[in-house]
Amino acid sequence: MLHIYCPHCGELREEEEFHCAGEAHISRPENPDALTDEQWAQYLFFRKNPRGLHHELWIHATGCRKFFNATRHTVTYEIKETYKIGEQPQVVEQGGNA
Amino acid sequence: MSQTNRISSKGRVNRSKPLSFIFNGSRYQGFEGDTIASALLANGIDVVGRSFKYSRPRGITAAGAEEPNCILQVGSTEATLIPNIRGTQAELYDGLTATSTNGWPNVERDLMGAIGKLGGNLMPPGFYYKTFMYPESMWPTYEKLIRKAAGLGRVPKARDPDSYDKLNHHCDVLIVGGGAAGLAAALAAGRRGARVMLVDEQNEFGGHLLHSTQLINGQASAQWVAEAVKELRSLPDVQLLPRSTANGYYDQNFVTVLERRTDHLGERVSGQSRQRLHRIRAKQVILATGAHERPLVFGNNDLPGCLVAGAVSTYINRYGVVPGQQLVLMTANDHGYQTAIDWLDAGRPVAAVVDSRAAPRGERYQALKARGVTIYTGHGVIEAKGKKRVSGVLVAPLSADGTQVTGKAVELACDTIASSGGWSPVVHLACHTGSKPVWRDDIAGFVPGPTVQKQRLAGGVQGSYALSAVLAEGLAAGREAAVAAGYGELAANVVDAEISTRDPKEDAAQALYLVPHSKPVSRAPKQFVDYQNDVTAAGIQLAVREGFESIEHIKRYTAMGFGTDQGKLGNINGMAIAAQTMNKSIPETGTTVFRPNYTPVTFGALAGRDAHHLFDPARFTPMHAWHVKQGAEFEDVGQWKRPWFFPKAGEDMHQAVNRECVATRTSVGIMDASTLGKIDIQGAGAREFLNRIYTNAWTKLGVGKCRYGLMCKEDGMIFDDGVTSCIDDNHFIMTTTTGGAAGVLQWLELWHQTEWPELEVYMTSVTDHWATMTISGPNSRKVLEKVAEDVDLSGDNFKFMDWKPATVAGVAARIFRISFTGELSFEINVQANSGLHVWEALMEAGAEFDITPYGTETMHVLRAEKGFIIAGQDTDGSVTPDDMAMGWAIGKQKEFPFIGKRSWSRSDTKRTDRKQFVGLKSKDPKTVIPEGAQIVLDPKQAIPMKMEGHVSSSYYSANLGHSIALALVKDGLQRTGQTVYCPLADGRVLEAEITSPIFYDPKGERQHV
Repeated sequence: MLHIYCPHCGELREEEEFHCAGEAHISRPENPDALTDEQWAQYLFFRKNPRGLHHELWIHATGCRKFFNATRHTVTYEIKETYKIGEQPQVVEQGGNA
Repeated sequence: MSQTNRISSKGRVNRSKPLSFIFNGSRYQGFEGDTIASALLANGIDVVGRSFKYSRPRGITAAGAEEPNCILQVGSTEATLIPNIRGTQAELYDGLTATSTNGWPNVERDLMGAIGKLGGNLMPPGFYYKTFMYPESMWPTYEKLIRKAAGLGRVPKARDPDSYDKLNHHCDVLIVGGGAAGLAAALAAGRRGARVMLVDEQNEFGGHLLHSTQLINGQASAQWVAEAVKELRSLPDVQLLPRSTANGYYDQNFVTVLERRTDHLGERVSGQSRQRLHRIRAKQVILATGAHERPLVFGNNDLPGCLVAGAVSTYINRYGVVPGQQLVLMTANDHGYQTAIDWLDAGRPVAAVVDSRAAPRGERYQALKARGVTIYTGHGVIEAKGKKRVSGVLVAPLSADGTQVTGKAVELACDTIASSGGWSPVVHLACHTGSKPVWRDDIAGFVPGPTVQKQRLAGGVQGSYALSAVLAEGLAAGREAAVAAGYGELAANVVDAEISTRDPKEDAAQALYLVPHSKPVSRAPKQFVDYQNDVTAAGIQLAVREGFESIEHIKRYTAMGFGTDQGKLGNINGMAIAAQTMNKSIPETGTTVFRPNYTPVTFGALAGRDAHHLFDPARFTPMHAWHVKQGAEFEDVGQWKRPWFFPKAGEDMHQAVNRECVATRTSVGIMDASTLGKIDIQGAGAREFLNRIYTNAWTKLGVGKCRYGLMCKEDGMIFDDGVTSCIDDNHFIMTTTTGGAAGVLQWLELWHQTEWPELEVYMTSVTDHWATMTISGPNSRKVLEKVAEDVDLSGDNFKFMDWKPATVAGVAARIFRISFTGELSFEINVQANSGLHVWEALMEAGAEFDITPYGTETMHVLRAEKGFIIAGQDTDGSVTPDDMAMGWAIGKQKEFPFIGKRSWSRSDTKRTDRKQFVGLKSKDPKTVIPEGAQIVLDPKQAIPMKMEGHVSSSYYSANLGHSIALALVKDGLQRTGQTVYCPLADGRVLEAEITSPIFYDPKGERQHV
């Protein structure tokens, strides 16, 4: 069971209090109607599935109900950092995939 | 029967406290401090079970968690029965009742044994797959027979009367294993002030020190243990948990520990929980789990009387039990000799020591030589002789590398064979977190590999077997863990006194995984690797010959390591034999994956108090007690208990629902709608937020008005709906489906927090704050008028889709004129605490109109008569508003590209032949088409048929006098009037006509009166 630091609560809490909400840093296109079906599908359906560092969106569902981002290693399950929405990760894969 | 194998001189058992117990129907005696296994051995019981496949007699082999044979069913009643107890780990108590789990009719005269003997050579690995595969139709029959013949423990038939607890802990240093290394670590960490938890699976701390004859600080090792435990108990922040097994090691130092509190006291102990599951989050974990001794693999090595050498020493020195009369010891290392020394010291003769190495010269070798014991060096025990117990051995000279028999075998008489093939570190926990074990040739064993956990190792688990090293590593690990947990500076002046001990001088061990026979492996007597699953060396070789190369495949094909012991005893030998057969090294072959749990955990402990009525929380509306009193039947909707229908005396569900439906349409019905999700939305950006989230337009919705809203996901598919009302310009109340409430709130928060934080909007769940009751039907206004004040309910003033504040039955209320039945309806919301009072007032006011309470079933029927959808029943996440013919709920003028909109122009959502929402009228008016039924156009076509749609809702409508259904049918909107068919699993084919989904009051006049 993961031990997750909620950047809003400022505490390490048990995984049971959280839900993962998928890949982080996927921003909604400003003008969806200007996109081709392919571009819209990229936003809608396509997600990374890396072996290594992954930036994820989490919610402290039974805590403060706030969303935040986490950089998690998908092999070791280490959570390298958590940070608020709007902030950028400090820990990135060599080559940078944030 | 007397304890023939009990000696008077040794052991930690309490001879002044005899305990009586029953094994397979016979009464025996043991002592306090015995395990079931040591007591059985004391009584000279040879056969404790029959093997899984061949039904061969099996005896006790080991003394701990690795025991594969002594697997017992313990308990005298169904309620207290526990299956698959390892006799080597279960403490004896007075009156204990145990039976073997295998063997029919009993272990001594086993009928299956006859089949095993006959069929022995005919049962290679994969036997069941190969033999019983065809014809496929016969498999269920085969399966029953196979399960009866095989089977381990039996599931108890009565409910477990015991209670269990779960506890959560946070500690600085968790130490797993209370042997020499663990105790030393606990001392070092505890002395520095760290919060320490020390867990050990045995009843006493000490591990191997409890039977070791090596001195520590010049005293018996058990004396040092006693002093260490005493010091630990005196430290305020050290918690000792004996009888506690760390079964799982999870990410970020989370460890689950099963503590057995009463299993050693008796079958049923009242007044405390039987077991506890400790969930421990530790800053630092020290694994001091030690090592299991490997037995040697030779012919007939499964005969009762064949034990692991260290286990023999344990039984002698710890329990005062010598498990035989005359010993032959076979070893490939110096440590094994200790067992022969212990046996001699117990006063019984050693027939011979057999060492595979050509020229051992270690200290213990010299000691035995001096005591006149015959030692065969460069030899091996190649075969055990005997029927239900060892009666002798064949000893033969071996080549230097241990792979060939180089001369003639001699036969020696003995009744016990102790064997030592070296040690296998207990790496299980270290592997649970995904770390791969690493092979070390120098110790011939796997040790834990690199890990990301804050984990340290000490002692046998990392291949350190000399006691001085084990103690030193323990102290160092404890010290380092305390410092890492933040106790460095505080404890700078703490000094750990040296723990002194003298290790016997040892020669290098030989790595020997299979003792050769003079015959080839395939023709030699069976050489067992995994006792519990009857996996032999020949079986592993055959698996390799048949093409299985991955160790994971070999494991699954041969079933090696699949028993309750999970291969603790045999896996390393098996992997080595597989590697040898493939001409690969052991690291190349690798090991299988170790997963939690280390030893079996009872379901009771996992459930704890979260069982029965506490298994899942239940939610009740403020009017629940009234519904119960009225005899309502309830339906679970999420965690809510909702009234399903209110049967009157003698009514079945069908009759009750028909009555409720008719009463509501002809007079007035009342429903408890408190479970509907309610989200209070406030802020200057609330209106714009709704515009973006809903498909509808909200810009012009005035104060006092309500609107039906449709919510889609970004893929354009409907996911929830409900009425949202404008309370004030910056204040709305949104309702959601009962089941969707939490998900919708999270959805709103997601968009607000991640995409539109600039909108000032606050969302709060107020579902539980309001009691909601809907009165519906032509007389509903008349009922409400009797109890409502401060409001004009007339149709001219209070229009459909208006809401107004009012006083109802003396209580402040919000009245919403909305309708889910198509009738004149009012939804009355009051503070939850007043819910029951207002409900009762409405019932009283409605009495003259025969007001009829109705439940969810009637609600479903009434809304289906009107073709109103239920999101999640008529929609399934693949349906757009257009598919549901709900284009009217889309705000086409909205400026902002609201959620879901863009996806409606994707090529797949634009298709005109998508499944569309229609009504179905069955040809037989009495037949209700099952929900989920598939729809085809031609029922005579060949299977698999072309499926054109499915039925999403289906009921009998008493108001209409025929059954109705709602369905999603390809191109359905163009197919009105067509006949379709629903072929059912039972062979019936139901015929129906596609209609409009609105069956009742198609113009919608009734709700506007």
